[in-house]
Amino acid sequence: MRTIKEINEKIKKGQAVVATAEEIIELVQKKGIKKASEEVDVVTTATFGPMCSSGAYFNIGHSKPRIKLGGGSCKFNGVPLYCGFAAVDVYLGVTALPDDDPQNKVFPGEFKYGGGHVIQELVAGKDIRLEATAYGTDCYPRKKLETFINIKDLNEAVLFNIRNCYQNYNVAVNLSDKIIYTYMGVLKPKLGNANYCSAGQLSPLLKDPYYKTIGIGTKIFLGGGIGYVAWQGTQHNPGVKRKDNGIPAMPAGTIAVIGDLKQMKSDWLMGTSMLGYGVTLTVGIGVPIPVLDEEVIKFAAAKDEEIYTQIVDYSSAYPAMVPGSLGEVNYAQLKSGKISIQGKDVPTGNLSSYSKARQIAEELKSWIKKGDFLLTEAVASLPGAESGYALRPLKERPLD
Amino acid sequence: MTSKKIVLHFPHRLVDQPIVYKLVKEYDLQFNILKAYVTPQEEGLMVLELTGEDKNFKKSMEYLESCGVKIQPLSQDVIRNEAKCTDCGVCVPICPVGALVVEPLTRKVHFYENKCIACELCVKVCPTRAMEVHF
Repeated sequence: MRTIKEINEKIKKGQAVVATAEEIIELVQKKGIKKASEEVDVVTTATFGPMCSSGAYFNIGHSKPRIKLGGGSCKFNGVPLYCGFAAVDVYLGVTALPDDDPQNKVFPGEFKYGGGHVIQELVAGKDIRLEATAYGTDCYPRKKLETFINIKDLNEAVLFNIRNCYQNYNVAVNLSDKIIYTYMGVLKPKLGNANYCSAGQLSPLLKDPYYKTIGIGTKIFLGGGIGYVAWQGTQHNPGVKRKDNGIPAMPAGTIAVIGDLKQMKSDWLMGTSMLGYGVTLTVGIGVPIPVLDEEVIKFAAAKDEEIYTQIVDYSSAYPAMVPGSLGEVNYAQLKSGKISIQGKDVPTGNLSSYSKARQIAEELKSWIKKGDFLLTEAVASLPGAESGYALRPLKERPLD
Repeated sequence: MTSKKIVLHFPHRLVDQPIVYKLVKEYDLQFNILKAYVTPQEEGLMVLELTGEDKNFKKSMEYLESCGVKIQPLSQDVIRNEAKCTDCGVCVPICPVGALVVEPLTRKVHFYENKCIACELCVKVCPTRAMEVHF
């Protein structure tokens, strides 16, 4: 029908027709798949939720005299970074906590500040306290460094998230008789609430379930700036059970993403605190889907009613690594505010902001329409449903 | 009839006085205590809903003030920091009185301050800590 090259020609001329994943649902309902695929060039998808396998690497520049942080230690606002690189390259993970954080010693811990918050403050342009120690060498004699730093002065500040954008996610509930504190939020006892975490019909990998257009090298909206899909994400698990419409009915594919942190916005990278669990970063991602043929539109027009996921007990089955589901629900049911589990009406809460996802899909659409954002051809595919690529549990082997 | 949710701050010297008893006995008010505690500085704080005849209600407020109790309307106390709220909605099923509701069309979370009983359950549950308490 059309190639990415042809779409880009239209984008450059300001003539591309772009629809968000919500708008394409309506359009397909009104005009059918054939007509909609003829009319629309690009569909924008988006998500805005907590994504723990995120982080950023920095090159802070060489001090005078020089210091070698590799093998030493380095903290930003008291939060430790990973230093196992060369002299002044460091990586900050979003779940990192200050050494003096009380964690869960007084349960449930509040986790007010950590790596995710540091990244948000850096992006907001705030000065950050850097404290580093090193062992000293002939060529890197300095052993201690304490200074304010600012993102604008760093050589590189690059967001590099090794697992984002989960294609579908569990609905978390608590079957036990006491409250539990999880990464899916606070779960009240005896099915007191059911928390989910997906933008459903707006979520990128749910709208391209077989990774037909989203692949390595795909240019995306990342944290308010531009990023790229770098690889499949960790725990990429494309071979899971799918419904007849091809959409996985449980957590499946993931992507690793990368982009220049300096051009991102603190509105789309928000430090996040999960009571009794830890800190993380809520990341905004938008992915354009080029309408190459009718099949692309058919998948992109999947509605909340057609996207199913599993209800999982986080009081016992999840922590014990016991597979199994308490039932299947679709995102329209989840968004109605309550679902039925074991005959009980259970109120639902979303950890992922649908209204922010909608805002990202709109923003990406406006970038493309204005001609500011060209699409890229994937340089390689993500491992697909039939590839055999799978998430495996750890096989423990005793050390002696 | 007047029915209001209010926050009362009791100074140290009043912590051992039966003030709520007087509200019932002298002013014929109905009360529902939503929250009460004595802080480490030995100041008492009580959040309660009071219902009664308009003139009794007014007189009871005068009585409380004459005793030295500081009165605050409840709605001022729990506020949402709009810059921090992402409208995710994870607070919605946690709120026991339905003061936090997802608007079906916009998918934004609406905070009905008049329904809030300042239980503070939403405060620590909020992933970006957008709900703030100011007593």
